[in-house]
Amino acid sequence: MSPDVIQAILLTVVTAATPLLIAAMGELVVERSGVLNLGVEGMMIIGAVTGFGAAQITGSPWAGVLAAIVCGALFSLPFAVLTLSLATNQVATGLSLTLLGLGVAGMIGEQFVGLPGVRLEAIAIPGLVDIPLIGRLLFGQDPIFYLSILLAVGVWWFIFRTRAGLTLRAVGDSHGSAHALGINVLRVRYLAVMFGGACAGLAGAHLSLVYIPQWVENMTAGRGWIALALVVFASWLPLRVVIGAYLFGAVTIAQFHAQAQGVAIPSQFLSALPYLATIVVLVLISSNRRMTMRNTPASLGKPFVPDR
Amino acid sequence: MKKLATSFLAAAAAVAITGAAQAADAKACFIYVGPIGDYGWSYQHHQGLLDVEAAFGDRVETAYLESVAEGADAERAIERFARSGCDIIFTTSFGYMDATNKVAAKFPDVKFEHATGYKRESDNVSTYNSKFYQGRYVQGQIAASVSETGVAGYIASFPIPEVVRGINAFILGAQSVNPDFSLKVVWVNTWFDPGKEADAAKALVDQGVDILTQHTDSTAPMQVAEERGIKAFGQASDMFAFGEQTQLTSIIDDWGPYYVERVQAVLDGTWESHDVWDGMAEGHVAMAPYWNMPYEVAATAQKTATAITVGVLEPFTGPIIKQDGTEWLADGETADIGALLGMNFYVQGVDDQLPE
Repeated sequence: MSPDVIQAILLTVVTAATPLLIAAMGELVVERSGVLNLGVEGMMIIGAVTGFGAAQITGSPWAGVLAAIVCGALFSLPFAVLTLSLATNQVATGLSLTLLGLGVAGMIGEQFVGLPGVRLEAIAIPGLVDIPLIGRLLFGQDPIFYLSILLAVGVWWFIFRTRAGLTLRAVGDSHGSAHALGINVLRVRYLAVMFGGACAGLAGAHLSLVYIPQWVENMTAGRGWIALALVVFASWLPLRVVIGAYLFGAVTIAQFHAQAQGVAIPSQFLSALPYLATIVVLVLISSNRRMTMRNTPASLGKPFVPDR
Repeated sequence: MKKLATSFLAAAAAVAITGAAQAADAKACFIYVGPIGDYGWSYQHHQGLLDVEAAFGDRVETAYLESVAEGADAERAIERFARSGCDIIFTTSFGYMDATNKVAAKFPDVKFEHATGYKRESDNVSTYNSKFYQGRYVQGQIAASVSETGVAGYIASFPIPEVVRGINAFILGAQSVNPDFSLKVVWVNTWFDPGKEADAAKALVDQGVDILTQHTDSTAPMQVAEERGIKAFGQASDMFAFGEQTQLTSIIDDWGPYYVERVQAVLDGTWESHDVWDGMAEGHVAMAPYWNMPYEVAATAQKTATAITVGVLEPFTGPIIKQDGTEWLADGETADIGALLGMNFYVQGVDDQLPE
C-alpha cells in the first residue's frame, strides 16, 4: 500500500472516531461529577438535527455547530432538573432522555429530510498539510477534529490540574463530604450535565455536517451508547478515552478494508468486531478491581438530596 | 437498547396514526423497515401509500409504521395492525416473512401482502416483488463502460437471494462490456445505517474502485462518491439531489400501481393470494435519467433497458459459469424462476466470498 492510501485510511479512521471521542469526553465530565446520564444518544441526535437545520437555514455550517452545542446543552436540562433537583432515578431518566431525543429529532427533522446538507469544509494548514503520511491527517482536517483535540487536552487539564476540576472530582467521589465543605454539589452537577449535553450536541453536528452531510432519522445509529461504553472502557481517564475512540474507529474501518481485500472472515463477525472489542476490554478492566475502583467516581449514579 | 427505543416509538406512532378517519370502506396498512425519509427503499414504499390515498381518497383509510425492526418487533407491529381493523397489510421487508405468515394464520379475514418473500403459508398471504436485477444489469453495463480502473465497489446489506441476484446481474452486465471487469463487495449487515454505509463506501474508494453501487437504503454512499469525485448508482429512488456530479442513474422502485390494484381488489372483494414478480415490462422497475456519462453509453443503456422491457433480453441467459468454476447455464439457456428466487451463489468475476 502506498503512503497516500495509508493516509486515506487513517483519515477515515479519525473521522469515525471523532464523534465518539467528543461525546465520550463530555460524558466523562458528567460521570466524574457523580451523575450517570444515559441520554447521550438522545442529546447527540438533537445536536445532529439542530446542527443540520441551523446550517441549512442560515447557509453557514458554523451556525450549525453553534446551534448543536447550545441545543445539546439545553436538551440536557430536563434530565438535570429531574435527576438533580427532583432526585429521580438517573438510569430511567437518562433512558427516557434518549427516547425523547430520538422522537423530537425525528419531528424537527421532518422538513429537512432529503435535502443535501451544507458541509463543514476541512481547514488545511498551509505548509504542514504537505508533510507525507501525516500532513493531511493532522493538519488538513475538519474544524471539529481540531476542536476534539483541544477538548481532550482541555478536559484532562481541567480535571487534573485545576482547582475547579478537583471540586468536580470531590463532588463525584463523595457528595456528602463535598457538601459539608460548603461546595454547592447541585450547581457543579448542573454545569457538568450541561457540558456533557454540549459535547454530545457537537458530536451530533459532526455526524450531520462532516461525516454524512444530510439529515436522516436515527442517523446516530447507536453511537451514543458506544460513547457511554467508551467512558467505562477508559476507566474515567481522558487519555484512555482518546485511545479507546481511535481504537474503536480503527476496528470499525478495518472490517470494511478486510472485506474489500477479500479476507475470508465472515462479514457478520467483522461487523460485530467493534462491539466484541469493547466487551473484551471491559472484562479485562473490570477483572482488575483495584484499578477500576481507583478511578470510578464513588457517588456515580447516586442522587444527592441536600439537608433541608 | 435500540430495540427498546424502536418498539416504544413504534407504539407511540401507532397510537398517533390510528386515530384518523372512521367512515372508510377499507383500511390499508403499511410496515416499513426504515424511516420514510430514507430517500431509498422505505421512501418508495411510502410513495406507494400516497398513491393509494390519491387514488381512493376518503374511501380508503391508511396507516403506516416506520423503522420497525425485523424480528420480534415486526410480529408485534403486524399483529397490532391486524387487531386495529386493517383490511390489508403490506409488510415491506424480506425479514418480515415469518412474522407475516405467523400473524396471518391468526387473522384469516385480514389480507397480508409480503414484499420480496416466498412463503405463503395460508391463503390470505400474497407475495410480491420486482425484478430489480434487470436494472442492476443495465447498471453493470454502464459501470464497465465508464470505469477507468475496471473495478466497481458494491455495498451489500444481507446475503439473501435478493441481494446476491443483484450482485450477479451487475457483474454479468459489466462483463458483457468488459469481460475482465471485477467487483469488490462489502457486507455491512444492515439495511440502513448512513454512518456505516459511508465508512464502507470510503473503504471501497480507498481500495481503488471508481464506481460505487449499493444495496442499502441511505444516500450516504452517494455523498461519499460525490466527495471523492467518483461515480455512483442510486438505490431504490432517484438520489440525484445527493450527487449531481456523481449519479449515473438509479433503479426506481414504483410500487404505487401494485398497491392501488391490490387495495382495489379488497374493495371489490376479488382479492386472492398470489405471487407476482414484475419488472421493467410492467413498469414496476424504472431507470432514473442517465447522467454524468458519455452520450453513447447512455444510448446503449437505454437500448438494453428497452430490450429487457420488451423481453428480448434476459440478464440471466447462458453461458454463465458459477464462481467455483462449474457451469450453471449452458449457452442460450435461461434461468428458471426457482433458481433466481433462491440464488445463493456468485457467478464468475465477483471478487468476494459469499457469506454463509
